[in-house]
Amino acid sequence: MIADMSQQSIEALTFDLRGETFALEAGLVREVLDLLPETVVPGAPSFVSSVINFRGRVIPLVDLRVAFEMDVAAPTIDSRIVVIEYDVAGEPMLIGLRADKVHEVTSIDRAITEDVPRVGLRWRSEFIQLLARRDGDVIIIPDLDRIFAVGAQVSSVVASPLPSLA
Amino acid sequence: MSGLDPIETFRQEAQDLLEQVEQGLLDLARRPGDRGLIDAVFRGLHTLKGSGAMFGFDALAAFTHHCETAFDRVRKGEVPASPRLVAAVLAAQDHMRALAESRPVVDGAGEALLAELRAAVEGGEAESAAPAPVAPGLNTFRIRFSLPADALVNGARPLPLLDELRDLGEARVRAITDQVPPLGQLVPTECRLAWEVLLTTQHGRDAIDDVFIFVIDEMTLEVEDLTPVAVVAEDAPVLEAGVASPDMPPAANAAGETGRAQKSGDTVRVPAERLDEMMDRVGELVIAQSRLKQLAASSSDVALRAVAEEIERLASEMRDTMMIVRMVPIAQLFGRFRRLIHDLERDTGKQIELLTEGETTELDKTVIERLADPLIHLIRNSADHGLEGAEQRLAAGKPAVGKIMLAARQSGAEVVITITDDGRGVDRARVRAKAEENGLIQPGQTLSDNELLQLIFAPGFSTAAAITNLSGRGVGMDVVKKTIEGLRGSIEISSTPGEGSVVSLRIPLTLAIIDGLLVRVGAGRYVIPLGTVEECVELTPAQDARSTGRSLITLRDELVPFIRLREQFATGTPPDPHQKIVVVSTGRERVGLVVDQILGDHQTVIKPLSSFHADIGAFSGATILGDGGVALIMDIPALVAAGQRQDAQLRAAS
Repeated sequence: MIADMSQQSIEALTFDLRGETFALEAGLVREVLDLLPETVVPGAPSFVSSVINFRGRVIPLVDLRVAFEMDVAAPTIDSRIVVIEYDVAGEPMLIGLRADKVHEVTSIDRAITEDVPRVGLRWRSEFIQLLARRDGDVIIIPDLDRIFAVGAQVSSVVASPLPSLA
Repeated sequence: MSGLDPIETFRQEAQDLLEQVEQGLLDLARRPGDRGLIDAVFRGLHTLKGSGAMFGFDALAAFTHHCETAFDRVRKGEVPASPRLVAAVLAAQDHMRALAESRPVVDGAGEALLAELRAAVEGGEAESAAPAPVAPGLNTFRIRFSLPADALVNGARPLPLLDELRDLGEARVRAITDQVPPLGQLVPTECRLAWEVLLTTQHGRDAIDDVFIFVIDEMTLEVEDLTPVAVVAEDAPVLEAGVASPDMPPAANAAGETGRAQKSGDTVRVPAERLDEMMDRVGELVIAQSRLKQLAASSSDVALRAVAEEIERLASEMRDTMMIVRMVPIAQLFGRFRRLIHDLERDTGKQIELLTEGETTELDKTVIERLADPLIHLIRNSADHGLEGAEQRLAAGKPAVGKIMLAARQSGAEVVITITDDGRGVDRARVRAKAEENGLIQPGQTLSDNELLQLIFAPGFSTAAAITNLSGRGVGMDVVKKTIEGLRGSIEISSTPGEGSVVSLRIPLTLAIIDGLLVRVGAGRYVIPLGTVEECVELTPAQDARSTGRSLITLRDELVPFIRLREQFATGTPPDPHQKIVVVSTGRERVGLVVDQILGDHQTVIKPLSSFHADIGAFSGATILGDGGVALIMDIPALVAAGQRQDAQLRAAS
């Protein structure tokens, strides 16, 4: 997701999920929205359990907390939806991401990013692309490609899997 | 996306021009003498040459020039529009299309086409050498003409017109200044002059019309024949042109015809994605409007309420308009097949007549585009397998010319397209033999006539003994069927041996809009496509309680199974006291869907679901409701199949 590896720094939007700071390349972000009415899609994978109306389009709402197997809390006054445009299977797609709180756009220095350690993480490390250090804290840059690829295959256990009619 | 690429604009224009030229040529093949057609073809070629050169398509311009020259001679009556010439220009036209699209062309292909064109022109010249020349005699005309005020801005220039008239013979020109405003109000770029020309010429009336050929649509032209009657009487060919009654001069006729032709092309090309964007904007507008309506309702400001109502009306009209903007007449599609038939006649050696009906039937643009390939295939099949050769037809007591009828009509929210031929009909014995050979059916298996015919759509089926250029590769009909089903349509074939076959396609009017029944299940709202809904009945609490063990109700002495959507969707909500059953039909069976509430009819724009949700299968799309919420559109067959599976699982578990 970070296209140009040679760049010295990344402009990134930071946001919180369950107390952890995540970052997304700012160029991907289309808009940050207040919470909207959501429509649950029965039978959908739980990490993308609902859709929203974003400017006349119906877009999926992805919960990265589910992907990282974090516990999901009720929305607060700080909850937002970050709308990104992202290529999924070669198709540009608008996707809403839940965020507990959205911070500013900062510049993350390439030099302080690190590859993901194999151990020492509470959640699924294969979904993390990079870690960056900042003020003694860690910023997580998620690997959206992998999350979307894997997530789309995992069916929810809530409703019985409905077969698609060929 | 932003700004228009001039090259792309030219290509689209060229496409239109070539299409016009092609239609003209095909008509000309039937009515070889029609001057209006000849002029239309000539003008099309001329414009193509002009704009081609302007946009740097020099090869195209040079090539088109030759065709234009050939047609110029037809126009002047030196050469007749012989079938050979028409065929040569048609062939040349494909070459032009390739040049316009900058596709690679075979070296020398252009020269070969031009050689054929020259041969056709010269062949025609010999034929027409005798009747062509018009006996010279002097005619006098009074010509009055004026150009529209914006003619100069649009690049028309009156001087060359006058010069051309002068070239025809002795001309006296007088400017008419009645319409010229006083100096203070004069706009120098507007053409307010008119001219009167007294022309004595040995040419006929046609020559005068030719002068104005490129401006005739916009201008006013009056031509009065002042030739003494005596001269006309001894000169029959001129008589025809000369004694045109003043209220219906030939020029007016021609202008009327070209005017009509222009009207059908009087459209704006818009990329489909822009329409989609516009549709999205309208969706947003409707949502904003419903918010405004709520605000207005809680306010006591009468003026605000009035505006809110006005906006509501406009927004709903706008939505309706957007829905029909995407619709185009099917004539666009049918028009393409005339050329196909022309080529098929040549390739098969059969005489084929294409009849069309219901060309004004409208269909969504995207649907029309996706229908083209399947229809080409079906027509080819009819021509290749269905129609017999001329001798065979005559022997069977049929006219030598085979007929293929293409008809479209609207039937509710569907359009029915039929392709009918009067050929030999489907050979059942061969279909059976082939299907047995391919292992599609068991030898000797009993099948109804209909089942046997539907085998034609099975994958890998082909009855043609020899693979021809046209069809018979066995990849056809199943692909056709798949494409049609991809459009949410269906295909059927019926056939009478010896009399011909009918293939009918049923296609939904549009992929973008659906008529649905809006229902509520738990907290979610869903749309059930209205086409599948048969009736709605109430599920009383007593019935509900009684039917816990079995999900069946009795409807007019018929048992109908039902599915509780609350359970299927795992809403986790208690049932409404007045649940309803929406009885839907999947074609084969009737199934009841238990919903909490029926909210009403809803005509709606289908929004696709993302790839995350496309695989779920129970929903074919989503739609945005008046309050901005999203409702999912149920895919009834998939949903019913899933419900049945769930039932089976429950039974197995208990």
